[in-house]
Amino acid sequence: MESRAARIALGGWTLLVVLFLWIPLALIIVYAFNKANVQSWPIPGFTTHWFGVAWHSQEVRQALWLSVRAALTTTAAALVLGSMAAFAIARFKFFGREAVSFLFVLPIALPGIVTGMSLNSFFVFNHINLSFWTIVIGHSTFCIVLVYNNVIARLRRSSPSLIEASQDLGADGWQTFRFVIWPVLSTALVAGGLLAFALSFDEVVVTYFTAGAQNTLPLLIFGYIRLGQQLPIVNAIAFAMIVLTVIPVVLAQRLMRDTGVLRRGGTAALTAK
Amino acid sequence: MLGPPLLAFAIVYLASLVALFISSFWAVDPFTTEIVRHWNLDNYRTIFQSSAYRTIALRTIGIAAAVTLTDAVLAFPFAYFMARIARPRSRAVLFVLVLLPLWSSYLVRVYIWRLILNENGVLNWTLRKLGLPAAHLAYSNWAVWLTFSYVWLPFMILPVYGALERIPESLVEASRDLGAKSFQTFRRVVLPLALPGVVAGSIFTFALTLGDYVTPMLAGGSSSQFIGNVVYGSVGIANNVPFAAAFAAIPLAVMAVYLLIARRMGAFEAM
Repeated sequence: MESRAARIALGGWTLLVVLFLWIPLALIIVYAFNKANVQSWPIPGFTTHWFGVAWHSQEVRQALWLSVRAALTTTAAALVLGSMAAFAIARFKFFGREAVSFLFVLPIALPGIVTGMSLNSFFVFNHINLSFWTIVIGHSTFCIVLVYNNVIARLRRSSPSLIEASQDLGADGWQTFRFVIWPVLSTALVAGGLLAFALSFDEVVVTYFTAGAQNTLPLLIFGYIRLGQQLPIVNAIAFAMIVLTVIPVVLAQRLMRDTGVLRRGGTAALTAK
Repeated sequence: MLGPPLLAFAIVYLASLVALFISSFWAVDPFTTEIVRHWNLDNYRTIFQSSAYRTIALRTIGIAAAVTLTDAVLAFPFAYFMARIARPRSRAVLFVLVLLPLWSSYLVRVYIWRLILNENGVLNWTLRKLGLPAAHLAYSNWAVWLTFSYVWLPFMILPVYGALERIPESLVEASRDLGAKSFQTFRRVVLPLALPGVVAGSIFTFALTLGDYVTPMLAGGSSSQFIGNVVYGSVGIANNVPFAAAFAAIPLAVMAVYLLIARRMGAFEAM
């Protein structure tokens, strides 16, 4: 047991860190309603005007649509590839199994510029023009691990004898999948998928190298901030993006609460940003 | 079943790393801006001989190390409180309080520090209220360090928390029964067992800082260039992919060494 003084000191430190994490997020919410064009503190008054302006901007809409399509397609690819890989790794022992696990972590453990630059060289090398699909391929490389981590954690916790029992009782492959495997895995898949969507929707460092002249929503905002243009719109979108990325995460966390695997998948995954 | 995903992955990702490595030994024709496939070491020579590029590489690695250290110092007591002192209920709340910033938009969290640190921002307003002189942190290496430390902090907290949480209470009790004082128990039992978690967190904070160009661009100024910014500029504006590839090979090499060391320290299990 820690002494009383140590507990109080640790508690105080914890409080300070929470404030450090959350005050900036609270500020972005305030700035989104900033009446003035100039971004200084304190803001002179509140308005919801900029949300309307952002919503009606053609550029913003196009970028949003591209981001949503890319994130949905990436999520689908990550679900299929990530769960297939998890099945293979969890079920079969084979030489180099650990190396394969390591391989899937690589795109998020390596610096974003390396992943982005490598993909870019690969596309240039093979004379592949940058398009919607190159964005999806780039995002998939680091979203697979999210699904993979969630599914493999769930598979390790579930007993293989369930499947054997189903087979012994005469179920065919489809029935075993539908009535035994799917109920065990469904929440893990949904959680992994939500995280993959959130990560893909927000990614900017790698996307720049795989998007070419196209603008995803983060790339568009990045451009605005860099040039100091349209900052009131940026504030409104920033607020919306915080809300939009938080919702899938809260849902995923609720789904995975029983297993606590979000934490692991989460930390591993998030690094791609 | 492993076939298709692994194959797709190997083709795209590993082939990409190889492509990066190979193209770093090529050159660009200065007139046509076409890539010329003649093998040479000129890109690497340029990087190592130019003091400007050396400064950029050292700044990148230095700030990445500083950010990692800062986050470790901020995260450890927090994670310790969360794992070993807080009640289950407040632990769950703290967990969500860390998880949400981790997942909320990276770009937005970088942008907000621009608003906080600028001359008429929240920081100077607060300092003025306290009767202190204004700080001129905007667009400096300090701003880059602070912003990075902020955005990557949750990535350090979670693995450290995970490692601390997994320490069996019986080990701590045994240490106490054998007569160790609290500090001795901490130093000889808790700290060694938590270390893989810290190393796992440091992989994220270090690699993420090393490979970034967005924060140096938005929070720093022209004097805060990172390796990533040079790569970004070489691909986008100068269209010199071989040179960009050669410069990107530096963080790749640094991370390869870092990952090998981390692996030996058992950090992968703590991830």
